[in-house]
Amino acid sequence: MSEPATLTAAQPSSSRPPARMPRVEPARALRLGLVRTALETRMFFRERDQIAFVFSIAVVMLIILASIFTTRYNGLDVTVSQVYAAGLIGTGIMAVSFQNLGIAIAVERDLGGLRRLAATPMPPSAYFIGKVGSVFVVAVIQIAILLGIGVAFYDLDLPSTIGTWFTFTWVFVLGLAAMTMLGIAASSVPRSARSATAVITLPFVVLQFISGAFIPHTDVPDWLLNASGIFPLKWLCQGMRSVFLGPEAAVLEVTGSYELGKVALVLAAWMIGGLALCLLTFRWRDNHTK
Amino acid sequence: MTAVRVRGLQKRYGKTTAVDGIDLDIQRGEVFGLLGPNGAGKTTTVEILEGYRDRDGGEVEVLGVDPGRAHNSWRDRIGVVWQSTADAPELSVAEITRNFAQYYQHPRDPEQVIDQVGLTEHAGKKVYHLSGGQRRRLDVALGIIGDPELLFLDEPTTGLDPEARRKFADLILGLAQEGTTILLTSHYLDEVETLADRLAVIARGVIVAEGTPKTLGGRATAVSTVQWIGEDGLQTLDTATPAKAVADLYAAHGEITGLTVSRPTLEDVYIKLIGAENE
Repeated sequence: MSEPATLTAAQPSSSRPPARMPRVEPARALRLGLVRTALETRMFFRERDQIAFVFSIAVVMLIILASIFTTRYNGLDVTVSQVYAAGLIGTGIMAVSFQNLGIAIAVERDLGGLRRLAATPMPPSAYFIGKVGSVFVVAVIQIAILLGIGVAFYDLDLPSTIGTWFTFTWVFVLGLAAMTMLGIAASSVPRSARSATAVITLPFVVLQFISGAFIPHTDVPDWLLNASGIFPLKWLCQGMRSVFLGPEAAVLEVTGSYELGKVALVLAAWMIGGLALCLLTFRWRDNHTK
Repeated sequence: MTAVRVRGLQKRYGKTTAVDGIDLDIQRGEVFGLLGPNGAGKTTTVEILEGYRDRDGGEVEVLGVDPGRAHNSWRDRIGVVWQSTADAPELSVAEITRNFAQYYQHPRDPEQVIDQVGLTEHAGKKVYHLSGGQRRRLDVALGIIGDPELLFLDEPTTGLDPEARRKFADLILGLAQEGTTILLTSHYLDEVETLADRLAVIARGVIVAEGTPKTLGGRATAVSTVQWIGEDGLQTLDTATPAKAVADLYAAHGEITGLTVSRPTLEDVYIKLIGAENE
């Protein structure tokens, strides 16, 4: 500890190498984001628990529910199986984004993975690009499987016009984006890796029942369905029904319409709100450090 | 050249003061040990230097940059060895090491780093299947993959068996020989004694002693203890002139049994230093 002051005085800061680079490095962030996308996707499919719990839940529920409840609605060419096949696409999207990230990031944070990354020169945005990218890849695979099963066994018809494909695409993208943001934000709620599954799964399952996914929207009491309208899942399922059940089945909706404008508005609002929540609450630090 | 310069560092958690005015200077190429009991503030100090935690007061420069305002280019020059890799259980040693290499501007060769930490034969193994010692080696591999100028090791050998600790020490000494500046925290005294060029003892948020392992706390000039077995059993004499004491003993009693002359071990000095603070 001797003569520290003279030590630094002898070294004017201008003689040091320039330590700062531009804060924003979009090309590098994007390149590393893609590197992380590949890595995250690989990790997802290697984790058997996640595949069972996150990836298969919509598939399993579809096979069970659409096989048990097969009645045809009075005067319509629509079966309960078809309603399930459409609604459970919402479940699938929410599972691979909200539930997946809510649990996975909480575990990663608890086990020190996040702070290890935070100590590297990896741009933080690359981490989020990796999460969003891998969720997108997993979601596309999930939807392809659900549609395949729906078409093969439960009389689901793929969209036949460019217009409905367009609706399908924006409902999918907006819904996935909103649920992804909410999943990242929700990952800050569990206090440990052990509690993560329980903490994230409870709201997930409750929403499935009240939003018209696990129970057809026609059987959920109107007041409950309206209450679930605060959350994005109800609108995601509704948007998917508009794509797969066709215009004549709109009479089954509470308002007699699919309200696509409102679907877009609510999902976009949740996406922006979720993003703001992420920016405000995301922690690289685990809960053990004081 | 100075690698780390700290003046009057302060950190509070609520009403508790964890770090209460610490000064530190670590030179380039040095292995510096920070020693102290749990809760003394050493992890907090290191985390502030790593840029992982904000400080409440004082000046900090690490490689000429304030870690509180550092950018990614600064992170390129430091390496942090965290405790326990359990966060990517499904990736193999080679996969995770190659992945981390991509985050740095001038990484070391992943295969070479894996070899250096002695994991070559386990390179294809998933993290999940590694033993505790192997995971610590992987932690080191991920800490040095960016070829850092300064490496932080926070209690690197906690939970390792003696054999693994010895191998680990060799690894660290190898890195030091390559010129890496190393800041090491530990509560194993023998470890710090073997590895560190200089060390500081921290207790209750302040540095209570600083020096080389041989001189810490006045160890080099401290009183020696002369012990022998006399008529009334074990006798103990603390003296600054042990040779004279032994000569006097011989003059008085002739040959005596059970004679030992001992200097305080680093542990004695350490216990005294932190004991005085903890009273």
